[in-house]
Amino acid sequence: MTMVENSGPITPPPVVHRAAPANGATVALAEKVSVRGLNFYYGDNRALKDVNVPLYAGLVTAFIGPSGCGKSTLLRVLNRIYDLYPNQRADGQVLLDNQDVLNPGQDLNLLRARVGMVFQKPTPFPMSIYENIAFGIRLYERLSKGEMDGRVESALRRAALWDEVKDKLSANGLSLSGGQQQRLCIARTVAVKPEVILLDEPCSALDPIATAKIEELIDELKSDYTIAIVTHNMQQAARVSDYTAFMFLGELVEFGPTTKIFTTPSERRTQDYITGRFG
Amino acid sequence: MTLYTRRRTKNAIVLALSLGATAFGIGWLALILGTLIWEAVSGFSLSVFTEMTPPPGADGGLLNPIVGSLIITVLAVVVGTPLGMFAGTYMAEYGRYTYVTTVVRFINDILLSAPSIVVGLFIYELLVRPMGHFSGFAGSMALAVIVVPVVVRTTEDMLLLVPRELREAASALGMPRARMIARVCYRAARAGLITGVLLAIARISGETAPLLFTALNNQFFSLDLNKPMASLPAVIFQFALSPYQEWQRLAWVGALIITVAVLVLSIAARALASRKTS
Repeated sequence: MTMVENSGPITPPPVVHRAAPANGATVALAEKVSVRGLNFYYGDNRALKDVNVPLYAGLVTAFIGPSGCGKSTLLRVLNRIYDLYPNQRADGQVLLDNQDVLNPGQDLNLLRARVGMVFQKPTPFPMSIYENIAFGIRLYERLSKGEMDGRVESALRRAALWDEVKDKLSANGLSLSGGQQQRLCIARTVAVKPEVILLDEPCSALDPIATAKIEELIDELKSDYTIAIVTHNMQQAARVSDYTAFMFLGELVEFGPTTKIFTTPSERRTQDYITGRFG
Repeated sequence: MTLYTRRRTKNAIVLALSLGATAFGIGWLALILGTLIWEAVSGFSLSVFTEMTPPPGADGGLLNPIVGSLIITVLAVVVGTPLGMFAGTYMAEYGRYTYVTTVVRFINDILLSAPSIVVGLFIYELLVRPMGHFSGFAGSMALAVIVVPVVVRTTEDMLLLVPRELREAASALGMPRARMIARVCYRAARAGLITGVLLAIARISGETAPLLFTALNNQFFSLDLNKPMASLPAVIFQFALSPYQEWQRLAWVGALIITVAVLVLSIAARALASRKTS
């Protein structure tokens, strides 16, 4: 492990980008999250190498790349969930609204309340469907029974789960099907009103119908949240995201508007990966 | 002889040996249980639960040792369980990757297999000698010392079985660690944690040696923890060695009561454990 590579000055990218969406209009893009010169280590193993990437507010950014390229690792840095484990550390900068969340003084619980995360495997808590949602809300807000009922309902509606569970809110969250469990986890994340939502291969354990539901959901959620999604499914990245980042061996190879990455990538390696020549 | 028939013969021999060993082991168990039931049934009556231990040559029951055993066991579990749970929680959650945990786990495993008579002597030196007399309290503490390592072990093991993803999911909501452990991990591991406590109760309910040094015994009904207290194992020990027929019969009855109680606890533990996997 060498620290030399990081000792050089980090040139921050401009905070506001201009991009041309399909309709031709130019919109200003605000960087909700800016990753700058990020390195990540599992013990002595360097898993991320000088990664620079923005997450634009109100847009979906997809991270693609072969297994082990560091895309999940990158997501796990953004809410510092890696902090649960010893021997994992990051250096560089991760700015959330221009505040560096890698700062040792950062309150992790507050950070995670702002940056929610949904995991690959559905992880409902061993409690009722209602409690699964209410539990997270209670951490930061004191609500009356009526208000709480409303919040739970609206979270479940947002996750397109309400109609399926409204008659069995007291049933155990583990009794739901895999796709429903995953939507419950999304509802739980949405319920605490985060600003950024990280989705780590949220559909990899789901069938195509459940996957389609989650994708629809992502599309709906992006009006209120900044979303980052890691996926192995290239079509999914193309369908749901506005921007795509291609990673390979811990490096960010290419980042740009999804349409550009999938039609005219500027890097040879990106081209090879999306056409299925490797990975 | 072909290779195949040789293999078949070998298989038959090993199978026969395995079956023989199993039958040998289970046979003794059946014999013990059979004798126990055979001998105890004749002495079983309602008076066992309503009358005190009799003087030699008279009829009586086992009320005082039954009550004594219940009090001593409950107090031991009440003292030992939280200690064991806290320690196990530290080892599985906060200190999972620390050196301290490795050392504590090693020492705990030694304690787990320590002869219980040593525990009795330890409490004798620690409590009985300074207090100047035997007491039910000292007996409870001796059993608590036996409860702790069992609960530490099961608590740690059960919490380690809680999937990593569940902890991450709880943390990802911004949940403080203590709350995550209390509300998510304990809940996920609940069946296993209860099983651990039940196993600890089963383990101590037959212990005699540590009680002989601490609670001793008592001919009379007593609820005073500061005085010697009767217990089933100690009464069985005393009565079984006596020359009086009535006492011997009561010893058999006492042994049956303990066996049935442990059996019920074990079945409860099994039922809880299997409910977890379903």
